[in-house]
Amino acid sequence: MGSFSEYLANIGRSIVTLGDGLAVTFSYLLRKPFTIQYPDRTEKPVVAMLPERSRGILEIDINVCTGCSICAKQCPIDCIHIEVVKDEETKQRVLKRFDIDVAKCMFCGLCVEACPVSGLRHTHEFEGSMSDVHRLMLSFVDKPQPVAKPAKKDEPAPETKPVGSIVRKLLADWWKPANPTSGGPR
Amino acid sequence: METLSNYIADYLELSGLAREILYAVLIVAVAAGVFMVALTISGLLTLAERRVAGRIQSRVGPNRVGPLGLLQWLADGLKLIMKEDLVPAAADGPLFRLAPYLVIVGVFAAFVSVPFGQLLIAADLNVGVIYLLAITSLVTVGVLMSGWASNNKWSLLGGIRAAAQIVSYEVPAVLAVLSVVLLSGTLSMQGIIAAQGGWPWHWYLFHNPFTFLAFFLYFTAAVAEGNRTPFDLPEAESELVSGYNTEYSGMRFAGFFLGEFANIYLMSAIATTLFFGGWQIPGVTPEQQATSWGLQLVGLLIFVAKASIGCFVVIWLRWTFPRLRVDQLMSVCYRYLVPLSLLCLAANAVYMLLIPAGSMIDRIIHYGTAAFGGLVGLIFLWRVFHHIRSVGDRLDLNVLARGQKGRFDPRIQARRYGKFRKKRYSKETG
Ligand code: SF4
Ligand code: SF4
Repeated sequence: MGSFSEYLANIGRSIVTLGDGLAVTFSYLLRKPFTIQYPDRTEKPVVAMLPERSRGILEIDINVCTGCSICAKQCPIDCIHIEVVKDEETKQRVLKRFDIDVAKCMFCGLCVEACPVSGLRHTHEFEGSMSDVHRLMLSFVDKPQPVAKPAKKDEPAPETKPVGSIVRKLLADWWKPANPTSGGPR
Repeated sequence: METLSNYIADYLELSGLAREILYAVLIVAVAAGVFMVALTISGLLTLAERRVAGRIQSRVGPNRVGPLGLLQWLADGLKLIMKEDLVPAAADGPLFRLAPYLVIVGVFAAFVSVPFGQLLIAADLNVGVIYLLAITSLVTVGVLMSGWASNNKWSLLGGIRAAAQIVSYEVPAVLAVLSVVLLSGTLSMQGIIAAQGGWPWHWYLFHNPFTFLAFFLYFTAAVAEGNRTPFDLPEAESELVSGYNTEYSGMRFAGFFLGEFANIYLMSAIATTLFFGGWQIPGVTPEQQATSWGLQLVGLLIFVAKASIGCFVVIWLRWTFPRLRVDQLMSVCYRYLVPLSLLCLAANAVYMLLIPAGSMIDRIIHYGTAAFGGLVGLIFLWRVFHHIRSVGDRLDLNVLARGQKGRFDPRIQARRYGKFRKKRYSKETG
């Protein structure tokens, strides 16, 4: 008799649990889908909907950068390339090249934390699909320019450009074919 | 069919051979019609499956092709037709090519005796139910054949599993169907519908507690016979790649696919016929219905609506339950379904002996079972709302919603996207 009552209990249990499982999935039919339809059916561009501290493509404000190369040393995969040379006439250090290889970058943020002047930062931009991977090498220096002096103790920190504005300019250039400033195969 | 043929022949004053030819032409036309209807139904069901699955998983589902994504199934079909039809080098060519046709024929031939309406049935066979159960067994042969001919271990396992499963589940399915046959005293699909009535308490579903049980037994067994989750062991994509149809591509694969979805409709249509009163309109007798085209149309709509709800339930089951193990599958069949369906059959026989049809007790039992069914439905709804409320979600009945407004057009998208960029640009950089 014991096994028969177990048999009946099995049937009862399966009816109740299966029914409740069905109720759960049915309740999802009556709720709003969570999905947003990227990219053309969103209320705002997705870039504007990202959380404040999300890590997108890196950008550097070269008017603030002191050329200390700490960021390049921090990067575990060496995707930041900095060249600083000494100008013989003015005895100034000149920033000749500041490239970030976005194709390699893993958005770990170590370089951003290390930068002493907060010139390097994450933007919210993330849409950078390219037909040629070499064009993902972002060049932030068009022509060589002297590096910035770090601010003194009582001086206010230098003004930086709004976050994202620099990289967006570069991104816009990306879409134009064969733009010399967008890197190209090196 | 014959009456229609005779009617037209008399009208055209045909005789002899011409009459026979007309009859043959009509048969071919009706067969083509049934085939097209079945194809459309299974095509629409693939779309329904994907939309329901999307919604259940909190997604939207396909919504880009045509209005509301309603043409997605045509796009899918077109894609499958244009794909290359590969036959593996080691496969048994003729068998491999033949198998999908057996599946298609097995399922689509069954549509011949589906009573869409009182007059809308291609052939009301006097052995209708048995014909349906017999002809769908061709699917087993096709599935086993495809598994064998593919010369692939996964396919073979899938085919063998399918055969074992379908043969096992045929038993409870037939026993549950026999309960209804016993009550109605006929095997003809139209006869079974005519023995029921329009209102729920006239349906065989609520005839007595044992037919109520028989319905669930039949439905479970039918889902298992149709290789649908949670009984989709023959396909079992996490174990057998895709089971018996692993090696198929292009239109032959589509054959299996359409067969599966047509089968869903078929099992729902059979359930509608046997348990849900088919095309019966509440408050209208079959004699009244036979005299009016309008009522015929209403009957057709009622049948299709009932069958669609059945299809929805099958789809819904798939996205709810995990797959059974092989031993569990067999134990469900032989330890639970078979004894219970035997019990149903015996209990129905006893019921017919003890309680005269149409008596007071008979009617009280109908109403009581219907009330019980309604109560179960209410409890179910309460659970549904409980699950929505318990996570602080809100009801959203806009089932056809497809996200934000906007039409898919790469150019529109590019233009709008360009505008997005410019707007943000000007806002932040001045
Ligand atoms: S985010 Fe990480 S990987 Fe990317 S450049 Fe900075 S340190 Fe390198
Ligand atoms: S970005 Fe920052 S860390 Fe990198 S070189 Fe410039 S100042 Fe140094």
